[in-house]
Amino acid sequence: MKRFEFLIERALLLCALVSVATTVGIVGVLLFETVEFFTEVSIVEFLTGTEWTPLFANPKFGVWPLVLGTLLVSGIAMAVALPLGLLSAVYLSEYAPPPMRRVLKPVLEVLAGVPTVVYGYFALLFVTPLLQSLMPSLAGFNALSPGIVMGIMILPLVSSLAEDAMQSVPNSLREGAYALGATRMQTALTVVVPAAFSGITAAFILAVSRAVGETMIVAIAAGQQPRATIDPRVPIETMTAYIVQVSLGDTPAGTLEYRTIFAVGMLLFLGTFGLNLASTWVRERYREVY
Amino acid sequence: MSAGTPVVPSLAARTRPGSASLADRPVKIDVKDLNFYYGQKRALENISIQLRANVVSAFIGPSGCGKSTFLRTLNRMNDIIPGTRVDGTVLIDNVNIYDPKIDVVGLRRRVGMVFQKSNPFPKSIFDNVAYGLRINGMATSKAEVHERVEASLRAAALWDEVKDRLHDSALAISGGQQQRLCIARALAVKPKVLLMDEPASALDPIATQHIEELIYDLKKDYTIVIVTHNMQQAARVSDFTAFFWLGRLVEYDRTEKIFTAPAEKLTEDYVTGRFG
Repeated sequence: MKRFEFLIERALLLCALVSVATTVGIVGVLLFETVEFFTEVSIVEFLTGTEWTPLFANPKFGVWPLVLGTLLVSGIAMAVALPLGLLSAVYLSEYAPPPMRRVLKPVLEVLAGVPTVVYGYFALLFVTPLLQSLMPSLAGFNALSPGIVMGIMILPLVSSLAEDAMQSVPNSLREGAYALGATRMQTALTVVVPAAFSGITAAFILAVSRAVGETMIVAIAAGQQPRATIDPRVPIETMTAYIVQVSLGDTPAGTLEYRTIFAVGMLLFLGTFGLNLASTWVRERYREVY
Repeated sequence: MSAGTPVVPSLAARTRPGSASLADRPVKIDVKDLNFYYGQKRALENISIQLRANVVSAFIGPSGCGKSTFLRTLNRMNDIIPGTRVDGTVLIDNVNIYDPKIDVVGLRRRVGMVFQKSNPFPKSIFDNVAYGLRINGMATSKAEVHERVEASLRAAALWDEVKDRLHDSALAISGGQQQRLCIARALAVKPKVLLMDEPASALDPIATQHIEELIYDLKKDYTIVIVTHNMQQAARVSDFTAFFWLGRLVEYDRTEKIFTAPAEKLTEDYVTGRFG
């Protein structure tokens, strides 16, 4: 019996180690290929160059167009998701009667279960034509449409996490505000939201991280033209979409072109990892003790 | 008063002026046939009581007797609890606060409240006191806000302890100071009535003594209603005492009379500690 318990324990440990080993493996491969890449391309050129043409006859390895494309789409997504997510969290937490909340919250979370490839085609085949009818100068592939759709996709993440943060604000604070003659809106905006600030900020940062790492929507609807622009109407390429493009193409393994995706992947990984760390740090550092 | 001075005799001496003068005070809060329901359950049954201006009225009774619920009907704080219902009238300054036309927000500004557990907002000491002024648009200039914050903190006997750290977090001061801060916050919007729901139950004896002295000083300017579990406290600070039992008002009279010669057997059993 004791031997059996021991085996169970070891088996469970092994399961836990699988994910650790995978992470270590991924980081190891990223690191190895990235170091190889930077033996041939200078890190300064990579980080400061404004032209990204690794597949051309005269390749240029400036990553800025990809970074700008990522920031542009993520920025649009956050401009959609932050206000809508925060306001729906305020509604769910402070206004909605409990039966309404029990229905609305799961419905909103269904949005998070839609496969991202569906969102991608939704952006390309529905949102882009719709926007073109309002804005004729919009190209068929652009940053605006996937940005908006990505914002809708991460909205449940923002609203759900922000609502959790607001729900954890003790009722005694709300009562304190009401007892001073505050309206529901004043209570929500001047007491509950500030008290939940750390949780809300952490939710925002996590959403940014999600937007930066999102791949399918931009690969489908944003085009594949790396260009250093902040014009949302023209085709661009994000870091993630570039990795898809090269992975699916016929670039032979081991070549410099092939290694670019690891360098870009490393940059992406550092970015989202940093954001996740920041999110945790904000939550711990600014947590209010009531 | 220094911490070592016994509070009971001195306060008791000060809170017992001639009985005629107290009974002559005008009625501030006039409650008639008030019933209160949590869903189907009736928590208050036919409460009728008249609370006079500028005196301290204490509500006593065992846990669950409805004293806190009743206190919260006086500024309609129960409105925010779903599934509750009230019938009957509560007149404050001859206006029925359950009239559908009444402005609840304005009512709560006139009838301030201090809670059992101190609940400062996670903001600075200054911003806590200024909060009510700001949301109600009650001060037009920065100087005016500052003046009112200082006056309120002085009225709550907290100014000298916090004047050098007004911009520190309100969560950094002691529990007793936090509760006085909540009193200052309530006073800042110049209420007429101050409701206190077991304001000292979470405090140590010294902090409790501060709060009790403060209540004594505040009744010059405010009508005070205090719910307390502590019968010695009721005897020390109040002029009138109401005894609640199972959602009913059993007896309401001068505090002296309730504690020395109650009319009801139930009251006598409770104040002498035979149950509760």
